[in-house]
Amino acid sequence: MAGKNADLAMSGPKVKESTGYKIFVVINTIIMIAIVFFTLYPFVYLVAQSFSSERAIYAGEVSFFPVEFTTQTYNVILSKPDFFLYYKNTIVYSVVGTLISLFGSAILAYPLSKNRLVLNKFFTPFVVFTMFFAGGMIPNYVLIAQALHMRDTMWAIIIPGAISTYNVLIMKSFFAGLPNELEEAASIDGMNAYGIFVKIIIPLSKPILASMFLFYIVGIWNNWFGPFLYLDTKDKWPVALYLRQIIMGATGTQEIGAGSDEASQIAANVRSCCMVLTAAPIICVYPFVQKYFVQGMMIGSVKG
Amino acid sequence: MARQKQPKNELGKINLGRHLKKEWMMYSFLVIPIVYYVIFKYIPMFGNIIAFRKYSGGVNIFGEKWVGFRYFRQFLRDPSFWRAFRNTLSLSVTYLLFRFPITLTFALLLNEIRRAKWKKFVQTVSYLPHFISMVIIAGMIKEVVSLNGPINAMISAMGGEKISFIQEASWFPPIYIISGIWQGLGWGTILYLAAMTGINTELYEAAKVDGANRFQQAIHVTIPGIMPTIVTLLILDIGGIMGSNFEKIILLYLPSTYETADVISTLVYRMGISGGNFSYATAVGLFEGVIGLILVTTANLVSRKLTEASLW
Repeated sequence: MAGKNADLAMSGPKVKESTGYKIFVVINTIIMIAIVFFTLYPFVYLVAQSFSSERAIYAGEVSFFPVEFTTQTYNVILSKPDFFLYYKNTIVYSVVGTLISLFGSAILAYPLSKNRLVLNKFFTPFVVFTMFFAGGMIPNYVLIAQALHMRDTMWAIIIPGAISTYNVLIMKSFFAGLPNELEEAASIDGMNAYGIFVKIIIPLSKPILASMFLFYIVGIWNNWFGPFLYLDTKDKWPVALYLRQIIMGATGTQEIGAGSDEASQIAANVRSCCMVLTAAPIICVYPFVQKYFVQGMMIGSVKG
Repeated sequence: MARQKQPKNELGKINLGRHLKKEWMMYSFLVIPIVYYVIFKYIPMFGNIIAFRKYSGGVNIFGEKWVGFRYFRQFLRDPSFWRAFRNTLSLSVTYLLFRFPITLTFALLLNEIRRAKWKKFVQTVSYLPHFISMVIIAGMIKEVVSLNGPINAMISAMGGEKISFIQEASWFPPIYIISGIWQGLGWGTILYLAAMTGINTELYEAAKVDGANRFQQAIHVTIPGIMPTIVTLLILDIGGIMGSNFEKIILLYLPSTYETADVISTLVYRMGISGGNFSYATAVGLFEGVIGLILVTTANLVSRKLTEASLW
């Protein structure tokens, strides 16, 4: 390890590393392994529980691997239509919401990125101010539930949080960094602002749009509090809210059809199984799209 | 941009009518977003006025009649408000005291990893929990600390008495802080790592020539290089001290742990949304928001005086 280090270290002349540094590398590697282990362990534990028998879980026998391996829990959950209904809701809200959010953020960030638009002197502070002071939980709630009558519709969970000012500022700095020449050339060729936006800006902005798409879709996918406040009809629930109910143990087990007879206690294997099924898509897709998340953060940090 | 005849951003020096005629299409992009901001950001902002007005539900969300500071006087006499206030501060401050140095250390250690693939792997793994829904995080926490979970298994293996962590008030702060560090450790390093890649490598070369070892390089080159980032993040964190992780707390706390777990935002939720005391809850929420604004402004001012790094 140490031999390789010297070459990779900042293009300098080959310096022999001291014994102290070698010891540091070993310790550092151990720390990193520990961090990886502790980060992943709760996930491993959940998966192990979800494939274990209820008896083994309550006897405290499960730690890393499934004990008395069974797929029964998954079979029971996946054989009920409920879970798919909630999953379908999550997918619908995520896709519709993300498209609305992306569109709204892009059409706001684009004009704000142009210094030549003198009225931005007013619009930019108007938008940024909302990051520092906001109407709290109650004013938002009464607006959405009492005044706009969005209660129990999907719009209550999609529209109020559609545009994130932080994301708008990230997009704005990306747009501002695009070369002006293409736009100017297109403008001379007689293309109007809408044409330029659709045919030039959008294709050039794929990286940032990918980042924003992911930020927004993860936000909606994981959202349970908005649906919890506004969705009264259970058939409209996203899977995250359904999961909350299971974790809080609010329903009787008979509703899920597995576990013991104790009415208010949902078996640990059922809870784990639902958590695994809800987190699975994010965990599976995550390694492949992770770089877009990081990239989005980087663009944001370069020019706050 | 340079070819423009008009001076940049100088309102008043140009003919506004001609400007709008030329750029109306660009401004038209703003119509929908601005309407959105007015309705969903500014109306709720002004909706805070019901902290000073009686509002008992209904379409007129700005309330029925002025009552002055009645609700403020009410909550200032309420012991459960002071309990929430104390919990908010102590949870946030303790969390910050642990998280800030740990995250910074982790970033510095990551920066010392020379094998690119291994570094990438550690980063990818450590960012993961940031993207998991709080519902799942809370569920995981409950499983891990449950009576038949791995922590209690270890305790009983060592001959100890099992602990019902989730139901004991004294255990709430450690659970809150440790799980917060667990979830946010990796993602918290991103801005530090970004700042580290921006440090001029010649500075390291110069330090090496001067005989500095890796540790000294980290102290004298890396840390000063990322100081503006450290200060910025600290300001943001101090500004956020009045906020706490509402979603996590509301999923994890129980009446038996309110003593250490109930914070201002959960109190606002219970009073306002569960209890229907909209005006009272808004007053409490507004109090929290205003203190937060004062904190972030002050922290910014202090850091501008001391380090010349500031948010604005």
